[in-house]
Amino acid sequence: MVGLGTWITFNVGNDGEARDSCTEVMRAFFAAGGRLIDSSPMYGSSQEVIGYGLGKLGRPESLFSADKVWTSSGSAGPRQVEVSRQNWGVPRFDLLQVHNLLSWEAHLQTLLAKKAAGEVRYVGITTSEGRRHGEFERIMRQHPLDFIQVTYNVLDREVEARLLPLARERGIAVIANRPFQEGALLDRLARYPLPAWAAEIECRSWAQFVLKFIASHPAVTCATPATTRVDHVRENMEVAYGRLPDKATRARMVAYVEGL
Amino acid sequence: MAEWWTYSLSDFLLFSPRTYYRLFELYNRAIWPMQLVALALGAAILGLLRVGAAWQGRAVAVLLAACWAFVAWAFLLERYSTINWAASYFAVAFLLEALLLLWRGGLQGLSFRPTPDLVGRAAVSIFLFALVLEPLIGPLLGRPWTQVEVFGIAPDPTVIATMGLLLVASGRVAWELLVIPLSWCAISGATLWAMGSSDAVVPALAASLVLLLAIWNSFPRADRSRRMSRSREEAATP
Repeated sequence: MVGLGTWITFNVGNDGEARDSCTEVMRAFFAAGGRLIDSSPMYGSSQEVIGYGLGKLGRPESLFSADKVWTSSGSAGPRQVEVSRQNWGVPRFDLLQVHNLLSWEAHLQTLLAKKAAGEVRYVGITTSEGRRHGEFERIMRQHPLDFIQVTYNVLDREVEARLLPLARERGIAVIANRPFQEGALLDRLARYPLPAWAAEIECRSWAQFVLKFIASHPAVTCATPATTRVDHVRENMEVAYGRLPDKATRARMVAYVEGL
Repeated sequence: MAEWWTYSLSDFLLFSPRTYYRLFELYNRAIWPMQLVALALGAAILGLLRVGAAWQGRAVAVLLAACWAFVAWAFLLERYSTINWAASYFAVAFLLEALLLLWRGGLQGLSFRPTPDLVGRAAVSIFLFALVLEPLIGPLLGRPWTQVEVFGIAPDPTVIATMGLLLVASGRVAWELLVIPLSWCAISGATLWAMGSSDAVVPALAASLVLLLAIWNSFPRADRSRRMSRSREEAATP
């Protein structure tokens, strides 16, 4: 229900102090029952930092490793996946996704072949910020996808119209990226008090309010907030255990945030 | 890139400001006391500007090329590329600039002599700014001294100092040597802007000023004098 994103936050290069700090975030994430960590070759050193953390934590068995293929060359895809796997230090990925539909025809073919060979468990595609939804929908209809990854939060709800219902219909799992609009949404909401009725759905922060909205959509499998702070990852993970909003409360959440 | 217009600068930012500035901190710690050597090189270049010997241009070009090559290898390739995959391409561009400096300065006899006019004074001021004042900007904005960016070590002051000197390069404006520095200012300014750093204006202003002065300098000297005296006459007309 709540995963761990690594965009920007885990790209700390060779900074040993920062790598240890990311490891502590991962430790708190696993301790709270977290499983899915998502990354990409596009995210600088994030994969290596995940690998560093997993090594320190003894590669928790509960890990669900999600990564992407991101290269314009179809033939370079398998090599990139292998480098990513080595960076993570895992025997195989649980999920491989075509990042932002880049050269998706060639990569999807490669990933589906890998799945058939048992080299990856699940295959998916990603987009963000509402880009190429028309093409995204066509691929969802025409190819045997296990996962899709899209931007979804209380303000960015375009996917509710077609992509999320289609995912439910076809039994495709959904990862919601950019739940906090890379922090901009929480910065904006921080200027206002949390509504008193948020306590009814066991929210004690805006971050939990936003995550509960995402996680309560019946088509959403997992949201992937990214953070560099242990207290934030614990706060995010509480969402997975508390009460979730029903349909009426979700409508109230949207109306409240849009009215701010 | 499909739907490129939907992307903003922040979509291309791969790291946090904290990580970016920590990079300078770790870099400074790793190469100490190269900062002192680089500052001494900067002072030597400043002194060479007053030397009239034929080898002057060659010496300045070689020192500048050494700084560009060092930044390419030690910072861009060894450090920055760990958080920005594009940095290896930047390193190639910096090495290319080092080679261009060696070619134009070392082999073609370029000299760097400030003229006693607006462009000459501005050129020395830009060089001095990069050498002395630019490293102070970070600490003045509240960043620790350990993250200081020094000429010959960090890209921005190296690029800005070089652009200043190129304004007083002998002969025609050395546009072929200005392309990479101006492009770097655009990249660095955009990066700092996306990070919300207020010093994003530094490379942007430096590049704009150098570009304007280079365009001004590209007019033949006689033509410039005619324009200046014409504007003086117009100003004196009641």
